[in-house]
Amino acid sequence: MKIGLFVPCYVNALFPEVGVATYKLLKHLDVDVNYPLNQTCCGQPMANAGFEAKAVPLAERFEEMFKDYDYVVAPSASCAAFVKLNYPRLLKGKHFCLSDNKIMDVCEFLHDVLKVKSLPGKFSHKVSLHNSCHGVRELNLSSASELNIPSYSKIKDLLKLVEGITVYEPDHVDECCGFGGMFSVEEPAVSVRMGTDKINNHIATGAEYITGPDSSCLMHMQGIARRTDKEIKFIHVVEILAAGL
Amino acid sequence: MSTKHAIAAERFLADKEGSVWHNQSIGYARTKRDTMAKGIPEWEQLRKLSSEIKRHTVTHLDYYLEEFSKHAEANGVIVHWAKDANEHNDIVYDILQKHNVKKLVKSKSMLTEECRLNDFLFSKGIDVVETDLGERILQLMGIPPSHIVMPAIHIRREQVGKLFEEKLNTEKGNSDPTYLTRAARMHLRNEFMTADAGMTGGNFGVAATGDVVVCTNEGNADMSTSMPKLHIASIGIEKIIPNYDCLSVFVRLLARSATGQPTTTYTSHFRKARPGGEMHIVLVDNGRSDILGNAEHWETMKCLRCGACMNTCPVYRRSGGYSYTYFIPGPIGINLGMLRSPQQYSDNVSACSLCCSCDNVCPAKVNLSEQIYRWRQSLDSIGKADPMKKAMSKGMTYLFDHPLIYQKSLYLAPLINSMPRFMIYNGLNVWGKGRELPTFAKESFEQMWKKGKLK
Repeated sequence: MKIGLFVPCYVNALFPEVGVATYKLLKHLDVDVNYPLNQTCCGQPMANAGFEAKAVPLAERFEEMFKDYDYVVAPSASCAAFVKLNYPRLLKGKHFCLSDNKIMDVCEFLHDVLKVKSLPGKFSHKVSLHNSCHGVRELNLSSASELNIPSYSKIKDLLKLVEGITVYEPDHVDECCGFGGMFSVEEPAVSVRMGTDKINNHIATGAEYITGPDSSCLMHMQGIARRTDKEIKFIHVVEILAAGL
Repeated sequence: MSTKHAIAAERFLADKEGSVWHNQSIGYARTKRDTMAKGIPEWEQLRKLSSEIKRHTVTHLDYYLEEFSKHAEANGVIVHWAKDANEHNDIVYDILQKHNVKKLVKSKSMLTEECRLNDFLFSKGIDVVETDLGERILQLMGIPPSHIVMPAIHIRREQVGKLFEEKLNTEKGNSDPTYLTRAARMHLRNEFMTADAGMTGGNFGVAATGDVVVCTNEGNADMSTSMPKLHIASIGIEKIIPNYDCLSVFVRLLARSATGQPTTTYTSHFRKARPGGEMHIVLVDNGRSDILGNAEHWETMKCLRCGACMNTCPVYRRSGGYSYTYFIPGPIGINLGMLRSPQQYSDNVSACSLCCSCDNVCPAKVNLSEQIYRWRQSLDSIGKADPMKKAMSKGMTYLFDHPLIYQKSLYLAPLINSMPRFMIYNGLNVWGKGRELPTFAKESFEQMWKKGKLK
């Protein structure tokens, strides 16, 4: 089983430690993982802003880059969801889309494919889990709060394998933090208020860290927390799962 | 480059206490809805069934409309067909004129808001009295609804107390809800008794029987139709459903989704005129047939107008109904506004973070967020794209389609981290209005990989 590691543009530039943690964890789990060079972006920012056509060359580039891999694993639920849900339509009329069945968020891959039952690390901290919208409602990483379905959370299942951790979830458990790509700059007032409310709900759990599968949500909330001198710390889920490696 | 929605939202949020209260009180409706939805084991099946019934009905609408009108006419009801808002208003005025109506009492109807019926009738010298309490409060204030089901949700009781002091001569400084409700009741009772005609909307039109079904909590639809002898019901053509079996599905979903009640206090069926009276039904198209023919957006025709998408929308709750330029706000309003006129209502398309929560609460499974995403794709072609977003999208595609330039630029990016604050945090940086920028890593992941640091 050959795994291609996809490190989305903003993770590459701003949060490389998240890519490093993903790679180390997959290696530790004896996965045949490779990082093909010259990666850029999945195209989501332009598409959500209303310029889907601008995402097409990036989709083609992505398809070509990962065509020989069995799975493409990314430490970013939102990017994975974009590829999964939109690439078949973006590539329509060009060629049959391969990536939508191969792309996986790293948590999904660990939980559903590798079926990880133990992790080596220790993380003796209280964390509040940020259930990001596309992870919940597009990748089904946890049961969405709106639906009457049995409750589950793949991320919580994974975090509980880490020794010493205490996992909380905030009130309004999967309400949007207000990032939303270019929404954050087109509707800055609402975006910042949503983020402020979200951070306050996380802080109210008593957690030391806010953790989640999307660095984009974390980046937005961290920006607000730093501006308003909030003490809470931020860490990507995979960094916790890879603790000690 | 802000949209009208973004500007209005910023103004709304400037009132910190009021906006926090608005978010919480509407959020409470979502919480109650969740409790109701989770009390019904087959909830998700009901939503699916409701979506399928609506899909079937709106795609066979010619048949069901004829069935409906045939049965209504067999019950002695006079059925009218209005192709647009003007025709609707003319039909209603014509009926009122024939009966020499001076005063019309109305129960809540978003369709008549859509047609701007009240203003039209006022201009013809007819007194129109809204009888839903929320609607009446707004009518006395001279302002429109800010929510389709809870029209005065943004008004606080102290404001109602002040308004009633002035308009209904209530005690000074008394804003006790029970006291105010009683005052409204006495005032409205007089309006019911002196009205010459009553008007209702309709939540459903049952094709198999010709019934117009109206769901209210206050019984005002029943008062509006049982005091005056003349009843006019205006309904949009998408409100037709096949039969009672289907109605039983929708009635279980509607109030639970809308307000978190198991059912509305009254579910009234109007089938025929009272003895000696007259009943009219006006079936209104006003753009609905065009929506049906719109391959990307026909699903809005499944909407039950429950308002659940507004109650869950984190943007609506933090920007208020008036921040939208269309008279229906929230996710469904963004879509219906664009269907009405993309040129006129494109400012609302920004009011969505694509969180998709609306899709999950919708009792008819309208794909609301997907449709907003589609509208965004169309903005550039009608000249309504935001130039900043367009430039950013173009720039990003250039950069990301040229990996070598992209990688090179990342070597320089960390310089931004150490730039003086005034160069970074200024009017050009919208992100920086309420947020610190993230810091660029000294080395990107790809740089580390190339240097063999990860082998």
